[in-house]
Amino acid sequence: MIRTGGNSRGRTRKPWFLATFTGLYVLWSLVPVVIAVMFSFNSGRSRSTWQGFSLRWYFSDPFGSVWNDESLRIALRNSLILAVLTILIATPIGVGLALGLTRWRSRPSKVANGVLLLPLITPELVVGTALFLVVTNGYSFMELGRTAQLVGHVTFSLTYVVIVVRGRLLSIGPDLEEAARDLGATPLQAIRLVVLPLLTPAIFAAGVLVFATSIDDFVVSALLSSGASTETVPVKIYGSVRGGATPALNALATIMLVASMVALVAVFAIMRVMRRRQGDDNAGENSLKELASW
Amino acid sequence: MAVRSRIRNPLNPLWIGLASPGMAWMAMFFVVPFYAVAAVAFGQVDPILQTAAPEWNPRFWDFSSFSEVFDRVVNGDLGTVFARTGLYVSLAVFGCIVVGYPVAYFVSRCAGKWKATLLVLMILPFWVSYLMRMLAWVNLLQPEGWAAKALNSLPGVDRSWLNGQPITVVFGLIYGYLPFFILPLYATLDRIDGRLLEAARDLGASGRQTFWRVTLPLSRQGLIAASVITALPMVGDYYTNDLLSASPRTEMIGNQIVYFLQGTTQPQVGASLVLILSVLLLVLMAGYLVSVSRAQKLVTR
Repeated sequence: MIRTGGNSRGRTRKPWFLATFTGLYVLWSLVPVVIAVMFSFNSGRSRSTWQGFSLRWYFSDPFGSVWNDESLRIALRNSLILAVLTILIATPIGVGLALGLTRWRSRPSKVANGVLLLPLITPELVVGTALFLVVTNGYSFMELGRTAQLVGHVTFSLTYVVIVVRGRLLSIGPDLEEAARDLGATPLQAIRLVVLPLLTPAIFAAGVLVFATSIDDFVVSALLSSGASTETVPVKIYGSVRGGATPALNALATIMLVASMVALVAVFAIMRVMRRRQGDDNAGENSLKELASW
Repeated sequence: MAVRSRIRNPLNPLWIGLASPGMAWMAMFFVVPFYAVAAVAFGQVDPILQTAAPEWNPRFWDFSSFSEVFDRVVNGDLGTVFARTGLYVSLAVFGCIVVGYPVAYFVSRCAGKWKATLLVLMILPFWVSYLMRMLAWVNLLQPEGWAAKALNSLPGVDRSWLNGQPITVVFGLIYGYLPFFILPLYATLDRIDGRLLEAARDLGASGRQTFWRVTLPLSRQGLIAASVITALPMVGDYYTNDLLSASPRTEMIGNQIVYFLQGTTQPQVGASLVLILSVLLLVLMAGYLVSVSRAQKLVTR
């Protein structure tokens, strides 16, 4: 009986140590980034000594601002073009793969399923160097630069698209498609008129996820770039952070951060709508959990 | 049943047609490139241009360059780099466990009404570009940066933190990869059935005993999975090192691979290193998969 008393006291005890620890972790994980954003508004040339607020490094500085420095502008443009092209290629191919592989059950499709998981467990460095070697030594129809970078981004993005779309396909289940077939639709019609409309939110979510991973990618973009004209924002940061770069570098990174955050909010909103329509009462938290599971 | 098999005909050309562009893409840009690594590693070097002359036919593969590199890995300078990589990655994974486990545990089991908020805060760094997070620390650890000043104000500490300090590299790896560690671990801890923990308490276990004898064993698979998921990319990481140290004293295997592929005329050395690294990682993965399947057998028995 004495032990039971001890137990119930132990059960209600608040884990203050863990709470403090978690709070400190959250601060530690986010505050450096917040400081980096803050320094993008520094009025001086230093990235670590605060000299007052200004928008100088975004617009007004005639040479060094993101708006006026051509190398920063090129990096920004390259990142965005690459991300959009990657969405346009990876999403349709990935949706086709997800649809085909969940239905076509045979040995080649099993092999393809296995190969699709490999990019998740292969370090990007290995994927990047393999592509680098094949482009420089084997595929004479390709050159380093945007084409090679695009190919690299599409390759790792395909896996994400397939995972997101297949998850949604499994939760839709086969019933509606079978009903369409029973009512006389051809397989293609059933896909086009029934499955694809149901998949639309997942396809959008996959597209946004591809966008976010593409603009954040460093290794593949760096290994497959062909010099300054094909630098993306992460490559530019890598190349100039240890030199005497101005807060314009922080401004460039902040712009990409905003793009990533917009993408994150968009994915979350789409997933919550998807769950609500399925009658999930706890759509918000469950969407968060799904986001966390990627 | 007949109707069903007509709908789900596994060999309908439509399914094959839908999947084949993606399969062709993966074959051409994922599988073949791996073969190209072998072709370069086991190929020749052009005697005049000093560029790689890949050998695509395995019958003519020449292993002399590879065995030279392999020898350097086993006995020579590259072995030091491999050992250092192993040491840094082990320390960083250990750091991830020490910091990440309590956080994942708290968010999944004790956070109460704060759970959703904390989950958002856990996911956020995941979506901030890795390079931006490293940029943030370079700014803070520069000689006049806030973190460097605070650290150097401690008695007996006066360092230039971004010049070949192993501790900075390990710290950077921990900081960089913790979000990737916490989320899968959180998922495992969140799935543990709370009734099991209550049962342990009802049977007289103290809070501490419940943790060591129920929660921790139940989360073991998640802990291993999270460690593998973070260790794999860490092994191939070269940019954290370049940004936070940029010194040969802290060089990891990724730095060597990039150096041989891009900085020199010895791509076959880089390709050989990629092969050796891939085999090491495959062994690691295989070990992990064996432990998973063993655990599943234990559960189903």
